Amino acid sequence: MFRNVKRAFRRSDQEVLALDDVSFEVGEKEFVAIVGPSGCGKTTLLRMAAGLDFPSAGSVLVGAHEVAGPGPDRAVVFQQFALFPWKTVEENIGFGLRCRGTPSDARAAIVARYVELMGLQGYERAYPQQLSGGMQQRVAIARSYALDPDVLLMDEPFGALDAQTRVVMQEELIKLCRVNPRTALFITHSVEEAVYLADRVVVMTRSPGRIREILDIASVRRREAWEKLEHVEEVMDLESFVHLRTRIWRMLREQQEGAAVPGVPAQPA
Amino acid sequence: MAQLVASRRPGRGIPSAPELAALSVAGLLLFFAAWYGVAASGWVPSRFLPGPQVIAEMIDRLAQQPYAGYTIQVHTLASLKRFALGFGLAAALGVPLGLLMGWYRWLDDLVTPLFEAVRFVAPIAWVPFAALWFGTGIGGPILIIFSGAFPPCVINAYRGARQVDKVLVEAAQTLGAGGLRAIGEVLVPAALPSIVAGLRVSAGLGWQSLIGAELIVVSSGVGYLMVQGQTSLQTPIVMSAMVAIGVIGFVIDVALRALERAVRRSWGDQG
Ligand SMILES: Nc1ncnc2c1ncn2[C@@H]1O[C@H](COP(=O)(O)OP(=O)(O)OP(=O)(O)O)[C@@H](O)[C@H]1O
Ligand SMILES: [Mg+2]
Repeated sequence: MFRNVKRAFRRSDQEVLALDDVSFEVGEKEFVAIVGPSGCGKTTLLRMAAGLDFPSAGSVLVGAHEVAGPGPDRAVVFQQFALFPWKTVEENIGFGLRCRGTPSDARAAIVARYVELMGLQGYERAYPQQLSGGMQQRVAIARSYALDPDVLLMDEPFGALDAQTRVVMQEELIKLCRVNPRTALFITHSVEEAVYLADRVVVMTRSPGRIREILDIASVRRREAWEKLEHVEEVMDLESFVHLRTRIWRMLREQQEGAAVPGVPAQPA
Repeated sequence: MAQLVASRRPGRGIPSAPELAALSVAGLLLFFAAWYGVAASGWVPSRFLPGPQVIAEMIDRLAQQPYAGYTIQVHTLASLKRFALGFGLAAALGVPLGLLMGWYRWLDDLVTPLFEAVRFVAPIAWVPFAALWFGTGIGGPILIIFSGAFPPCVINAYRGARQVDKVLVEAAQTLGAGGLRAIGEVLVPAALPSIVAGLRVSAGLGWQSLIGAELIVVSSGVGYLMVQGQTSLQTPIVMSAMVAIGVIGFVIDVALRALERAVRRSWGDQG
């Protein structure tokens, strides 16, 4: 997917290298999470996959084709939600379907399904400003899921949720991906979330953003049968889980070297 | 979604809506009382400042008997028609132009230098051209109103378009919206508050320019009524025309303010 990607930005007459020589691939129907310190270029990577930004060198491919621009085959959940403030919850969720030309009764059914899945019943006709941050984020997620895209690109989609809702959403996402596996690139600040959700975790380093290591979670998950456990906290208690989590934390910490640690590791999820 | 929104109680020191209305009425009453007082005191000759009761009688008379060719209603309607045409044309051309200038960089670069130069020419400065090109036809006053109303339409639509949150446009694109849909469903609604604010300014300037136009190039309308009153030294007629101008300007502004509120509500802003 990403091949020797570099991205430089101009900042006050100076070239700043945000990403340097990033190469990795997200397999068909694979769930890959990216963790790394703030400002290491995670959002930039995701935007390039979405076709909203382009590499200064190297190439970004989806399938066999270089990404040329944005499209509904790659749905994005933005870090800042990006809901349309003049549209109601329903209209926001149904926007992509309307662009696609889905007939209105089919559209209403899909919207209703995601409203229910995201626990937004009763707020269908509310405007985004009338919702809490967590609810807005759920609308943004529903808007992307509703398109049933081949590729899901999510930039800290659970960042604004409270701990309980976050756990529910994580479990829902796992279920959703099990029923209907899809290719996903998922950015998070939470190491636990990355290990819990992803088949592989990409750990990045800062300035310029490089790949520190790519960990295979799927094989451990299969070997240790994480799927048998229904809840997040049960999985997080497993020794295999704790082991992976600690390894990633050590990688993130060793490159901090005195700098502040992004987020606090203590809270699960 | 009333149950989602905390009702805003007027706090201590913040006047409520009825209190504000009462204050406006009190202000008007005070004004008329002072006017009446000064006129009745005889300090100013009534030729220069007739009292409000004289103006009221005059307006009543102008409504019954034609002056300068027509009754005051017909003059007012003539003015409103010109205003509607000039302002409508300015909005219909100015808003899309401003939006597209904000959307397409090349159009911005192409139009802005010319626009910036032309917009500093005051509407009244177009009078010679209006007379030259259109004679006494309806084109003259429309050109003058247009020249007053057009720039604020363009500028505010442009600002609105430039201030659209880029991530909203990107979100629309990733959801599969093409160029037209992105303009229609993201750019326009996002810029709408700014557009409507521009229309309000534009209507005010347009209405002011209209009066300027009617002072010179036509033979009907409240502006014309005013000049005719002035040349025959009929101060009450001049002031009656001024009252008509003020009242209609006020009504136009109230209408556009209502539109502004409606737009804000459709944005989910309940405040
Ligand atoms: N449009 C831009 N112009 C200039 N610099 C940019 C631009 N976008 C990103 N950058 C820079 O690129 C670097 C990476 O930014 P990016 O947003 O990808 O980080 P991130 O890993 O997503 O951070 P966070 O975890 O805080 O969201 C930062 O140093 C940022 O300043
Ligand atoms: Mg980011």
